[in-house]
Amino acid sequence: MSELPHEPVIQQFPDVEWEEAAGALVVPAAKAPEVAQWLHDHNTLALDYCSNVTGVDYLEREVKEKITNDDGQEETVTKTEPGRIDVVYHLYSMRNKTGPLVLKQRTGRDNAEAASLTPVWRSCELQEREIYDLFGVKFTGHPDLRRILMWDEFEGHPMRRDYEEPCDYEWEPTPHGEVLEKHKKGKVIA
Amino acid sequence: MTTGNTSPGIDLDEATRLELERAGIIVSQVDFIYNWARGGSVWPLTFGLACCAIEMIASATSRFDIARFGSEVFRPSPRQADLMIVSGTVTKKMAPQVVRIYNQMPEPKWVIAMGACAISGGPFKQGYNVLKGIDRYIPVDVYLPGCPPRPEAVLQSLNYLQEKIRKQDIRKDPAFTKGRRQYPVPEFAGTDLEPPYNPQVWSPPENPNTEPVVPPKKSAA
Repeated sequence: MSELPHEPVIQQFPDVEWEEAAGALVVPAAKAPEVAQWLHDHNTLALDYCSNVTGVDYLEREVKEKITNDDGQEETVTKTEPGRIDVVYHLYSMRNKTGPLVLKQRTGRDNAEAASLTPVWRSCELQEREIYDLFGVKFTGHPDLRRILMWDEFEGHPMRRDYEEPCDYEWEPTPHGEVLEKHKKGKVIA
Repeated sequence: MTTGNTSPGIDLDEATRLELERAGIIVSQVDFIYNWARGGSVWPLTFGLACCAIEMIASATSRFDIARFGSEVFRPSPRQADLMIVSGTVTKKMAPQVVRIYNQMPEPKWVIAMGACAISGGPFKQGYNVLKGIDRYIPVDVYLPGCPPRPEAVLQSLNYLQEKIRKQDIRKDPAFTKGRRQYPVPEFAGTDLEPPYNPQVWSPPENPNTEPVVPPKKSAA
């Protein structure tokens, strides 16, 4: 949740949206480096430190919404919300000792792509690599985009909600929990 | 002073042997002297993987003092170490390096798998990124359970290892007969290491049931 005023950002950049529920600024990827540089160099905001970068995965889901139709009756409509991945930046000002201001880049789940803010905040470098590794978001403009936690040959992105771990469950004399479920399905090797 | 000289195959009755010992003459086999000396100076590798390493370090501090058992010399080079304490979670990314370090150690060498993770993967066993026990790639001499084990347990596992060393037969033990034991270093593949385990060292437990395991039904109360 942002602690700093977001209005000056929206006044300067009309493309930027304020998401009230999350307390975050949603920035389109094309504008992100420009907005980031502006926030970094701003006289009063002076957001010179990015403490945290993380990803959030939202699967495609159905949302029920109550609307009033043409006849004036209330109706429940089911809408499909497409899946998306948010890349969240938490920005602080070391000079003013204030923060955070939360910045988000939003991208689709297929061919996920976002703009790298490493040129603005050096501390993003490893964390953006982690998001690339675990969520599969490509950061354009990143100086060294490689996997960081998993090995280079690894397939898939484990932090995605629909990631399926490899089936390498072995027989155990006392299975329990999730392993017991795999046992019941016979999804056990050896 | 008696040395606990219990080597078999000496054609000498106990009373005579003890009398000679009191006079400062030890009648024994090379095995006993050799193993007694080596067991008293097991040099571990300076090598820690996770939180268990903190307990391993604590066992070297003055409060617990691993020096009492002759293992205070932690060597930073595998070429000079006798004992590898695999202290902590072995991730799949780290496993090839662990095997490689083991291969670099000269004989005789021993391994202690310290903590639940090093033994079986522990709480991370069903995860995608943790090796389900280091014994899949290298032979383990002492399994030290705990999460993490206390320094006293580390010392006890060292005592067990010394006991094991005392029983080694230098004519037959693989540490002396097979040259430097080296095991194949696993390679990275799509989701797991290739191979997932070394069949020379380890094989998965056999399922005695042909059917998948079903939990027992609750009896009507």
